[in-house]
Amino acid sequence: MTDTEHASAKAETDPLLAVEELKTHYPITKGWLRREVGRVRAVDGVSFTVDRGEIVGLVGESGSGKSTTAESILGLEEITDGTVSFDGKTVTELSGRQLREFRRRVQLIVQDPEEAFSPRMTIGEAVAEPLKLHGMVDTERRQRIVEDLLERIGLSASDTQRYPHEFSGGEKQRIAIARALVLNPDLIVADEPTSALDSRVEADVLSLLKDIRQEFDISVLFISHDIDVVRRFCDSVVVMYLGKVVERGPVETVLESPSHPYTKVLLDSVPSLDPSDRTLARPLTDTIPDPAEPPSGCRFHTRCPALIPPEEITIESDLWRRVAALRFTLQTGELPATLADMEQRDATRIRDAFDLPEQLPDETVEQAVSEAITTLQDDGTAAASEQLAVALPTVCERETPTERTTGNAQVHCHRYDPDKPGEPL
Amino acid sequence: MTSERDSPLLTVENLRTHIHTDQRTVRAVDGVSFKIDRGETVCLVGQSGSGKSVTCESLTGLLPQPPAEFVSGSVTFEGQELLNQDDSTLRAVRGKHIAHLFQNPQQALDPVYSVGDQLVETIRIHEDVSKRAARERAIELLRQVGIPNAQRRIDDYPHEFSGGMAQRVALALALTTDPDLLIADEPTTAVDVTVQARLIELLRELTKDGMAVLLVTHDLRVVASLADRILVMYGGTILERGPIEDVFAQPSHPYTQALFRSYDQIDSRQERVSREDIPTSGCRFQGECQHAVEACTEERPPFYPVDQKQTASDNGQQEVSCIFYNEKRNPRSIRAAASEASPSMRGETDD
Repeated sequence: MTDTEHASAKAETDPLLAVEELKTHYPITKGWLRREVGRVRAVDGVSFTVDRGEIVGLVGESGSGKSTTAESILGLEEITDGTVSFDGKTVTELSGRQLREFRRRVQLIVQDPEEAFSPRMTIGEAVAEPLKLHGMVDTERRQRIVEDLLERIGLSASDTQRYPHEFSGGEKQRIAIARALVLNPDLIVADEPTSALDSRVEADVLSLLKDIRQEFDISVLFISHDIDVVRRFCDSVVVMYLGKVVERGPVETVLESPSHPYTKVLLDSVPSLDPSDRTLARPLTDTIPDPAEPPSGCRFHTRCPALIPPEEITIESDLWRRVAALRFTLQTGELPATLADMEQRDATRIRDAFDLPEQLPDETVEQAVSEAITTLQDDGTAAASEQLAVALPTVCERETPTERTTGNAQVHCHRYDPDKPGEPL
Repeated sequence: MTSERDSPLLTVENLRTHIHTDQRTVRAVDGVSFKIDRGETVCLVGQSGSGKSVTCESLTGLLPQPPAEFVSGSVTFEGQELLNQDDSTLRAVRGKHIAHLFQNPQQALDPVYSVGDQLVETIRIHEDVSKRAARERAIELLRQVGIPNAQRRIDDYPHEFSGGMAQRVALALALTTDPDLLIADEPTTAVDVTVQARLIELLRELTKDGMAVLLVTHDLRVVASLADRILVMYGGTILERGPIEDVFAQPSHPYTQALFRSYDQIDSRQERVSREDIPTSGCRFQGECQHAVEACTEERPPFYPVDQKQTASDNGQQEVSCIFYNEKRNPRSIRAAASEASPSMRGETDD
């Protein structure tokens, strides 16, 4: 074995893409001096890998930082901290020929195919453009490559002369895939590539991507809010919440038996295909916190149905969940409609609104709740919430969970830390 | 004679809407009939271009004419004919009794007025109340649709709301006049699953209070979570209709089966008939149907009950527009494919 062969054999086992502790913050500026007054921590310490030939799904609600993560990987956003390595090389250190090489090997497919094409360019020109930009001057050769690719994605060679508006959304997305493939990339970053398509066309586009991955051994980073699509299409999945990874691992593990409470909420929010099963998940509150001021500790703690109670109290988990819902609802400053009227804000009504009994079984909890209710009657939502926070402290708010391995998934939740209170779910 | 209460809220009969373009005429809706009762949720499903949205926008004359033309049929709402009525009649119905909700909430909201101004204006057009009372109502509505801090947020402008919140504001605007029917075209498509879950619960609450919903969505999960009945459209026609449980348990039209099968699979690509080539006579699905025979091209099949013990009557039972279900033929091979295509039968392993 020669040295080069040896080197490439070693490289085969390394991940193609490695993201380590990636942080991308946007400054919030004020005044004409653009003084920085705060930061939106869009991506705040994200690590994961994409292996050769692997399809990795990146899921989360809007504002979770999925798209910023993708843009940071591609170098479209300036990274605040952390590293992105592609094929063993740090992307931010690339320049000149190496940077051009990186840009050839990593391609982006965007959500809306309408935005991806110039209306004045035939699709033949559009698909050939990357080749031209990367220095292929032979027009005939370009033409041959483009025609071959169009046939491969299910269009015909004669379509090169047509304009984007002559194609349907699904066809346009296939052409976008052809254009991404024309430079023979190793990694395709696809940001919600099928969200704008209806289900039959979506199935087409996904099947095309899957064929391509097999045929060309391409890796895909697939960003989607559609869990069904990720389940069908991806090998592994990274779940993000407010700029952090909460759980990652193989699709079968993470999406079939999720460990993190947020993954559970996400999965249980998807309605069942069985019309007789109409239950949906309920997080503590529906308010997604401001990414400029993310909650301390575990970022999901303000909505987490599995929030860990203080160690010294014993309380049934369902009852604790309702107490926690009271606290975090008050924290958002919002009250249920039945409590909108100050005059009618008596203790019974408040307890009813949160489904709390007259008397809670645990003394500490009962005292904390009744004091908070008294404060609330004088319209102190923030003060009442603060009282509950002090009386019933939780480890989830105090400490940031570290990454733990459970089964074959990685999860960021104190419940999976043997040194912390709380049982695994 | 039946009383107002017993008759359906909305009756659509043989609706045909054509859209004229420079080159050709598209038969976007080509003979569609259905009914909606009070408090009922009816879902229109089908791939894009099947005529779902045009059907919705024909009901209240929302489509501009030209290019659209309501060629024939009738739309009766609480005994009143709506099709081809003059603008002022339609506007009165549209505002007060039938409300629309679209996929993109920003479409329904005016960017230069605060949401409070828009709500107050809408309330005062339909009701003679003071500004102050209208504002109270507006806050109440925002609260009802789950906008946090409604009291403060009422003075915000549409762009200050996130996608999910803007959709709630649009819903509040649609609900100002306490409509009898809400026509919602892909209302949850652009929002996150957690927000979608809340919108679904909200719509369920509203139908419990007697509002009817006509829902267009391509998301079968949303259909399963909301619908009482389902209408499956293709090429401007309805091919299958019936109670949600029945159609999901036993999809009986070859097209419904194809649609459901593609839902959670990565299909191997198959030849599709492009929109221009869908036939305008016979069964519209004949070109893609693996069961198609000569007779499918002849005339449009009437509705046959899936359960052959029943007679065709459009009283809400499961029916298909497919000649294989008539007395002379045997739909055995189509029936055999039903359970495999059924979304509710598919093993759900996520819990």
